[in-house]
Amino acid sequence: MHRKATMALAVAAALGLPHAATAQTQDELRALREQVRQLDRRVTDAEQAAVQASSRPTGENAMNPAVSVILNGIYSNLSQDPTAFRINGFTPTLGEVGPGVRGFSLGESELALAANIDHNFRGTLIASISPEDGIGVEEGYIQTLALSYGFTIKAGRFFSGVGYQNQIHAHAWDFTDAPLANKVFLGNQLGEDGVQLKWVAPTETYFDVGVEVGRGRQFPAGPAGGRNKNGVSSGNVFAHVGGDLGTGLAWQTGVSYLSTSPQDRTFDDPTGTSNSFTGQSRLWVLDGILKWAPNYNPTYTNFKLQGEYFRRKEDGSLTFDTTGTAQTGGFTSTQSGFYLQGVYQFVPMWRVGYRYDRLDSGTTSFSAPLNAADFPILAAYNPTRHTVMADWSPSEFSRVRLQFASDKSRSDVTDKQVFLQYIVSLGAHGAHKF
Amino acid sequence: MNPIIKILSGLSLAIFAAPSIAALNIFACEQEWAALAQELAGDKASVYSATTALQDVHKVEARPSLIARVRSADLLICSGSELEVGWLPLLLTQSGNAKIQPGSEGYFEASQFVPKLEIPKVVDRALGDVHPSGNPHVHLDPRNIARVAEVLTERFVQLDPANADTYKARGISFRERWRAALSRWEQQAARLKGVPVVVYHKDMSYFINWSGMREAGSLEPKPGLPPTPTHLAELVERMKREPAKVVVYSAYNSPRAAEFLSERTKIPSVMLPFTVGGTDRAKDLFGLFDDTIGRLLATVK
Repeated sequence: MHRKATMALAVAAALGLPHAATAQTQDELRALREQVRQLDRRVTDAEQAAVQASSRPTGENAMNPAVSVILNGIYSNLSQDPTAFRINGFTPTLGEVGPGVRGFSLGESELALAANIDHNFRGTLIASISPEDGIGVEEGYIQTLALSYGFTIKAGRFFSGVGYQNQIHAHAWDFTDAPLANKVFLGNQLGEDGVQLKWVAPTETYFDVGVEVGRGRQFPAGPAGGRNKNGVSSGNVFAHVGGDLGTGLAWQTGVSYLSTSPQDRTFDDPTGTSNSFTGQSRLWVLDGILKWAPNYNPTYTNFKLQGEYFRRKEDGSLTFDTTGTAQTGGFTSTQSGFYLQGVYQFVPMWRVGYRYDRLDSGTTSFSAPLNAADFPILAAYNPTRHTVMADWSPSEFSRVRLQFASDKSRSDVTDKQVFLQYIVSLGAHGAHKF
Repeated sequence: MNPIIKILSGLSLAIFAAPSIAALNIFACEQEWAALAQELAGDKASVYSATTALQDVHKVEARPSLIARVRSADLLICSGSELEVGWLPLLLTQSGNAKIQPGSEGYFEASQFVPKLEIPKVVDRALGDVHPSGNPHVHLDPRNIARVAEVLTERFVQLDPANADTYKARGISFRERWRAALSRWEQQAARLKGVPVVVYHKDMSYFINWSGMREAGSLEPKPGLPPTPTHLAELVERMKREPAKVVVYSAYNSPRAAEFLSERTKIPSVMLPFTVGGTDRAKDLFGLFDDTIGRLLATVK
């Protein structure tokens, strides 16, 4: 269409301006050509602007939030009965720590909605739709945009900033399941109802500090849904330092301290007795992550090394057999654990990874009338696990993973686990944390 | 003073040295906008580029170092049109910096100020990594650089009125130099008109549109998906029927797919800088176009 316009303009220029037509000087001709070319460009621009204007969404749904859906499905082959799963040496958390069911199963589907609410706030809702028991709120929070000076406040339900992996959604994990340490110390993944304040320093090297206060909704404060009291039942402080090294390395390391006061935190021993703990639980986590990609271009090859060390002290009173004899005595424990994992993308779309898990049941002590023999789940044992995985991601939005693990969470048996899993995302393009 | 405290405070000074103080602290998502900002602001700005010419801007990690830079920025200049959607939103929400949030004066999306190409009629991920609001790689049409320069100068004046005269003078100087260069490039690129070209990714569309070259295929089977053997084999067959004159790829792409096609079809391949810093000669925006056109002319002959 604009070709025609050009022609018409050229003709008009030639006919409508007789003195130009008779002008013999090259300069005037050149000026005319330039005018025609500029008009031509303006016509093109106007046409393209019209196309762009018409392509914008109009009406009420132009303000729709970014919507994305995560689907995942899994085939599991487990050599040991998953219903009898336990991690020996550690207090059961009642979190989703087990390896799931045998055979085919649908994982939790996620529905995420996010948008700027106004110039002050951004809102995010991530609902998890479990194949069995309906819809849960995984995260639902508002976050400030306009505080400045590096401050951000988050309020609502969010994954606690304790350690590294806890804040990352399961679909973005590099392995099918959580590290053993996250299972025993954070009940798989700790989501808190509360408020988080974070400050980022005005420095070239990344530095942040933050504090969270919450209801103590889940383990280690729970698992009964939090204490029935006003004020704060769970507090977490954290700090991170991070930066770049050379022409391809990026690193970040952090420390966090989670302090909670569990009240009547019940757990069942596999023998069938119910026990409960009331007291103080303090957890230290050191985390580190190192990512390498040649020239920071991860498209072809990249490598990621990630590790966390957990150390927890608990002291308070423990009640044995709450429904029976209900004997109460003092209890203290100092326990630790770590994992280290590496994931290497060796060609576009293909990655392989290895993870090593180790927990140390440390020291536990019971005072009279309690008897260590009455708590077989807490008997000294150091669980370990080796995991290897390979995954294929044909695009940024889909991934298929095969994982093998030799899991010695149970003191008497080794569980040989095979997982074949797909994880896909539909809709808005998500951005993943470092 | 306790020697340990001395060492620690010395170390923390070294680690946490604050970014340099200039009138405007600019965070550019891409090298081309960093270069343009530097041309237009001179020593009134300290400019940081989040990426280099060797990075694929679609796939960037939201590294801690980038969050730290955004934290102190007065102005953020990015291509926009969902190009940085995988990482920029995180930098914005994590930085705790109100000045550069979308909608504020410190947020500048260059692609908003130019006519866009390839706005898809159908938006579906089955078509690859399509950008619903059009192709975001707008900087390789030299006329777009001039358009963005005009708006960017205005933005500098708004943000830092104290140095308005400097920005205006530099804006005029740049416009004149760019206009002269543009007419030179138009003459040179006349020889490229109609030349069929195989691209790697749809990142050359604006250059092709400006120069009048013709896109005869792409090494990626669909935008954003890496070249596959099947697709390359098809491309070899197609090139036998309708040969292109040149195969191009960008500095951040692996040369392997282009070399494969080139060997099989005897069509020469050439690496293009794509953005400032992609080659030694592309050390600024002028060099970027000199080198891009120069390399194409030398290959096409």
